[in-house]
Amino acid sequence: MEDMIFYDRMQFAFTITFHYLFPQLTMGLSLLIVYFKWKFLRTKIDKYNDAAIFWMKIFALNFAMGVVTGIPMEFQFGTNWAKFSELTGGIIGQTLAMEGMFSFFLESSFLGLFLFGEKLLGHKLHFVTGFLVFLGSWASGYLILATHSWMQYPVGYEILENGKFVLNNFGALFSNPWLLPSYLHNQAGSMVTSSFVMAGVGAFYLLSNKHNEFGKLFVKTGVIFGLISSLLVAFPTGDLLAKNVAEHQPVAFAAMEGIFETEDGGAEIVLIGQPNMLEKKLDNKIAVPNILSFLTYQDWNMQIKGLNEFDEDVHPTNVPGLYYAYHIMVGLGTIFIGLMLLAAFQLFRKKLYKTTWILWALMLMIPFPYIANTTGWYTAELGRQPWLVYNLLRTADGASPTVSSGNTLFTLLGFIGLYLLLGMLFLMLAGKIINKGPQLNQH
Amino acid sequence: MELFWYIVLMTMLAIYVVLDGYDFGAGIIHLFFAKTEKDKKAITNAIGPFWDANEVWLIAVGGVLFFAFPTLYASSFSGFYLPLMLILWLLIFRAIGLELRGQIKNAMWEAIWDKAFGIASLLLALFFGVALGNIVRGVNLGNVVNGVSTHEAHYFFLPLWNSTFSPQAEQLGVIDWFTLLLGVIGVVALTIHGANWIIFKTNSDLNKKLKKVVFNLNIVMVALVITSLLVWHVIEPKPFHNFMQYPWLWILPVIALTGLIGLFKVKSFKKDGHGFVFSTLFLLGGLASTVASIFPKVLPSTNAINPDLTIYNVAADDYGLTVGVYWFAIAAVLVVIYMIIQYRVFNGKMDDVGYGDH
Ligand code: HDD
Ligand code: HEM
Ligand code: HEM
Repeated sequence: MEDMIFYDRMQFAFTITFHYLFPQLTMGLSLLIVYFKWKFLRTKIDKYNDAAIFWMKIFALNFAMGVVTGIPMEFQFGTNWAKFSELTGGIIGQTLAMEGMFSFFLESSFLGLFLFGEKLLGHKLHFVTGFLVFLGSWASGYLILATHSWMQYPVGYEILENGKFVLNNFGALFSNPWLLPSYLHNQAGSMVTSSFVMAGVGAFYLLSNKHNEFGKLFVKTGVIFGLISSLLVAFPTGDLLAKNVAEHQPVAFAAMEGIFETEDGGAEIVLIGQPNMLEKKLDNKIAVPNILSFLTYQDWNMQIKGLNEFDEDVHPTNVPGLYYAYHIMVGLGTIFIGLMLLAAFQLFRKKLYKTTWILWALMLMIPFPYIANTTGWYTAELGRQPWLVYNLLRTADGASPTVSSGNTLFTLLGFIGLYLLLGMLFLMLAGKIINKGPQLNQH
Repeated sequence: MELFWYIVLMTMLAIYVVLDGYDFGAGIIHLFFAKTEKDKKAITNAIGPFWDANEVWLIAVGGVLFFAFPTLYASSFSGFYLPLMLILWLLIFRAIGLELRGQIKNAMWEAIWDKAFGIASLLLALFFGVALGNIVRGVNLGNVVNGVSTHEAHYFFLPLWNSTFSPQAEQLGVIDWFTLLLGVIGVVALTIHGANWIIFKTNSDLNKKLKKVVFNLNIVMVALVITSLLVWHVIEPKPFHNFMQYPWLWILPVIALTGLIGLFKVKSFKKDGHGFVFSTLFLLGGLASTVASIFPKVLPSTNAINPDLTIYNVAADDYGLTVGVYWFAIAAVLVVIYMIIQYRVFNGKMDDVGYGDH
């Protein structure tokens, strides 16, 4: 029984992690493309339209990957988490079905027009189709996070005698206090990814001394959007989320911060240290006193509960994983802000395009927003364990009763093989598009 | 409420079959009949800007099934675990075959993705037919062994096949000779449908040849339909029960028949779209007749112990179904608007859309 759930979880984690590599770029990049197209309409400078068309090529490739890896997600609730689907389908089925009806149709119908319709439509309408694709992808993010927020913080439900969750307040799904901070934080995170990708590609052109005109445009746009979104990720959105977790999932919060024992007085913030699960403490810890209490409650001396205050059987199942995920996300977030501040400062002094070391840093930074977003999701998901629906339904009770571990391992291996192939193809083709670079006056 | 959502779901399923059906069919045509680069271009141009939106109907069907009939979603998706995973992988291959082919100009690269697209389309058509076969035949709900359920009454699991390939064994498999027959019907029907779409949307040199293909396949189709009606009796003792009780349902098979007969005149149609209309009628009529014959069952039980799944014992709660009507109505209107816009912009022949010339 145990390993049966194990493969189900591995498969879900693997496939959703891989899926989310693509939408985070889709959502952010669609906004940046719409921005270029808008600049072109306003200024009539061809450069902007060429830039939009160049990024559309990357977008199309990325979108295709998002679509093919997204469809398995929609199926896996039923295939691998049948009991969960049966019990909660009346509720999360609402938001998932809405996602299909409201956002996927919007995106996919207008994507075809956006990619192939420039000649047929003219620039204004072409801009509109781009905007609708952007709207669709952001709506998709909203509805999937509404689903996710309900699992973290269930609202508007009633539990029947047979264990089924039924909806009794539709509006509550959308006024869930967990939803708005999550959504804004997540969208800011996806803006971080796309801005860093744009700045990194621009830096690549400048450093290799080709497409310099576009290199400058991409670096500038990437840095401005990157700075804004890096700041937004930390404050107010990350801060709000952390407060939500501290209030509603205190045991997850303790594990995230690495607090094994409640201390008297204000809690310290841990910078370095490895959770030692044998002795229930952090090894070689470096921490700054009282900061955590202040960040969480604006009170230097507020007490924060440690893991010792909670029953073992509600502790997150993977405390070290959760702790590292959270620290990697926050650490990277801090580095992003630092780098973007420096880059923006040089941009302001009109020296950025010559400051080689910052350009190198921007280029090499491309993978890291992906890591930050992934570890962010791991923070949320590992923190939710051992629950599927927080405090109400355990993960172990949600899996499909009739699918044996041999079959889940078989499909997990299949997904791993297939996705490795997809990943390599994506990198190869994206590399090819980037290397070729934007073309002048394509329209 | 259950009936309303059942009709919604079936309508959406029918739309999916008609729309993505022509994509699959185009893939099969691509595999067997497209010899030159020009033929291939004609085919991919005809479906290029549409296939993604068409596939969303599948996602939407899945979403509405999840939301309105969660127990059915849970039971059938976990029970048909293996074929569904295979379908997912095939969908991935088909999509990347289409999308990646044009990214690199190299004969080998193109050949690989052409085959991926074609073979995946063929197998998908087969699997969707097989799936319909499974629903008609029913499954061993509760995984009954020697008269005892080994699982909750609405759960089951099917391996891909059993050793006998028989639809009447106690321990069934997904693929047996009956479901395979429906699979073949699926392949032939969608090939015809896809050919008609290509004829409709392009001025390709292929068109003339395709008309002949449609005509010949249609003869095969008639033979297959007659066979399937005969063997139906083996599976279901009273296949016409619903039709006797509600005689107006006979309109559904009549629609299918109209489509079938109409297709024999494919060579003399004045408008290139007519063939597509008739193959659509055939698909709609055929699918509707099939589901009507088992209504209100959605997944029959092959054992005597556990009851059939019907729309009444798998539905979500009333409140949820009722609020769903409001947002669904809004969404449905929007979807129709998108479709109108999409098909108006790309109306007429699409030989120079330039799909795949990234
Ligand atoms: C570029 C990506 C990125 C960066 C730099 C950060 N985050 Fe984040 N974080 C995410 C991307 C992300 C995410 C992927 O978007 C998550 C996963 C779930 C969600 O809603 O957002 C997330 C989740 C998440 C959670 C878990 C919420 C839950 O349990 O549901 C917390 C507490 C924070 N974040 C807090 C922060 C703080 C205080 C940061 C300080 C800099 C920070 N994040 C940087
Ligand atoms: C809003 C969309 C999401 C929903 C509804 C969702 C739901 C689920 C479900 C049902 C499980 C299986 C049970 C479990 O092991 O916890 C799960 C696990 C998991 N999900 Fe999510 N998830 C979502 C988004 C994501 C994203 C975007 C990621 C990562 C990028 C992610 C990462 C994980 C991981 C790592 C696990 C495994 C946790 C474990 O094994 O303990 N999830 N999630
Ligand atoms: C378990 C959870 C998830 C499921 C079931 C799921 C399902 C899907 C499906 C079926 C598609 C393809 C849509 C199409 O054909 O156009 C897709 C794409 C997409 N998904 Fe997910 N998804 C999940 C997690 C997420 C998360 C967490 C986000 C973002 C917050 C997200 C955002 C998107 C976006 C923006 C797209 C558009 C295509 C792309 O971006 O590449 N999804 N998803």
